[in-house]
Amino acid sequence: MTEAVTPTATRTIDARGSFCPGPLMELIRGIKEGQVGDVIAVLSADKGSKTDIPKWVEKAGHRLIGVFTRDGYDEIVVEKMK
Amino acid sequence: MKRVLVLGGGVGGTLSANLISRQLKKEIAAGKAEVTVVDSTGQHVYQPGFMYIAMGGESAQKLVRPERGLLDGRVNLVVATATSIDVDGRTVELDNGDRLGYDQLVLATGSRIVPERIEHFSEEAHHFYSPTAAKKLRSALDAFTGGTIVIGIAGMPYKCPPAPLEVAFLIESELRERGLRDKATLHYCSPIGRAFTIESVSEMATPILEEKGIELHTFFNVDEIDPAAKLVKSLEGEDLHYDLLILVPPHAGAQLVIDAGLAPAPGGWLPTDRHTLKVGGRDNVFALGDATDLPLSKAGSTAHFEAPVVAEQVAANIQGRKPAGKHASYEGRVMCFFEVGDGKGTLLQFDYDHPPKPPKPNRVWHLGKIVFNKTYWRTVPKGRV
Repeated sequence: MTEAVTPTATRTIDARGSFCPGPLMELIRGIKEGQVGDVIAVLSADKGSKTDIPKWVEKAGHRLIGVFTRDGYDEIVVEKMK
Repeated sequence: MKRVLVLGGGVGGTLSANLISRQLKKEIAAGKAEVTVVDSTGQHVYQPGFMYIAMGGESAQKLVRPERGLLDGRVNLVVATATSIDVDGRTVELDNGDRLGYDQLVLATGSRIVPERIEHFSEEAHHFYSPTAAKKLRSALDAFTGGTIVIGIAGMPYKCPPAPLEVAFLIESELRERGLRDKATLHYCSPIGRAFTIESVSEMATPILEEKGIELHTFFNVDEIDPAAKLVKSLEGEDLHYDLLILVPPHAGAQLVIDAGLAPAPGGWLPTDRHTLKVGGRDNVFALGDATDLPLSKAGSTAHFEAPVVAEQVAANIQGRKPAGKHASYEGRVMCFFEVGDGKGTLLQFDYDHPPKPPKPNRVWHLGKIVFNKTYWRTVPKGRV
């Protein structure tokens, strides 16, 4: 999925210096610390993130808002549902 | 006088201090340089042996030797705890009140376990990340006559990534040997979407889990332990009952480097350049081993291969030249053995650009690990391999 519009995020986690499973672990920490309804954007340059993170989001029962291809990285936006 | 200060007497600190002193032997002999290791106990501990206290009859006493005996004669050893680092003032304060100045600082401050970050961890979960905990796990396994064993990981990153899988495989083998396998259910819980972080290793390990009848639970991030109901609960909403719970405790970097503003809390991993091993872009501060934030195994092997690079970088700074030769840059090399049970093992070798291609498990790699553990003292810290 590629879109030009940046969704409104409550919090952005810049995990671009991190590699698998770092970005996923950063998101998990963000979800644990956040409130229901928070929208968290993870920035990741690791190619595995755009497949691993959506799978985790589905299993954990949160909502994947989108995976956005940016310049040299991906922005994965998730809403905390519980 | 140029002063090199190494904080930590583990694999990384000991080996880098020895290699730096060799590279600077002329300067040290001429009184123009000195290399000092600060270690809080003065004892060098071979941590990979902890797992074998629980699984292989290893004794804790055999895993400890005096640090002084492993250090090159040119290296000074100060047995004290570093309490603060002043990066701007280039000094380190010790708990004995002394203040040591430095021109080059090597942070080999390792990682620590922080089980207190999960409520009820200490009273409910077994682990093998200290000699005491490993002995307690051995006793629990000896007393086990049947039931459900849950093995998992309560925080990433952690020391020795293959260890929990190895423990699962070894316990399964042991239960078969003791005639208890049909009375036991084994679960292995991974925080990520597969059995192991590196895909090729996961592809090797997953069929072994299946063959051994160990149920794999992916995306299982330990969130809560309910001691009354004997349940371990994941953040993803899965609950597992246990009779015996074995969890890798959460890990963190040294509080010292968090307090110094060198590493962000709560993880405490030092932001380290993947090739030069410089910390936070500083030209005179280096890190290696568990202390870094590099996407590599937290293992002695990583420190072993990083130490020559730290030594070359530090020596080049002191000698006023550019780092040169094969150790000018770290390319992510790691090599470690991986036990799969039944007296078999395999070997993981990789770097930043080449994932491991583990050979089919056999007895040779298991024996390789045993021999390596026994010969460690005469080889790795002294830079002989």
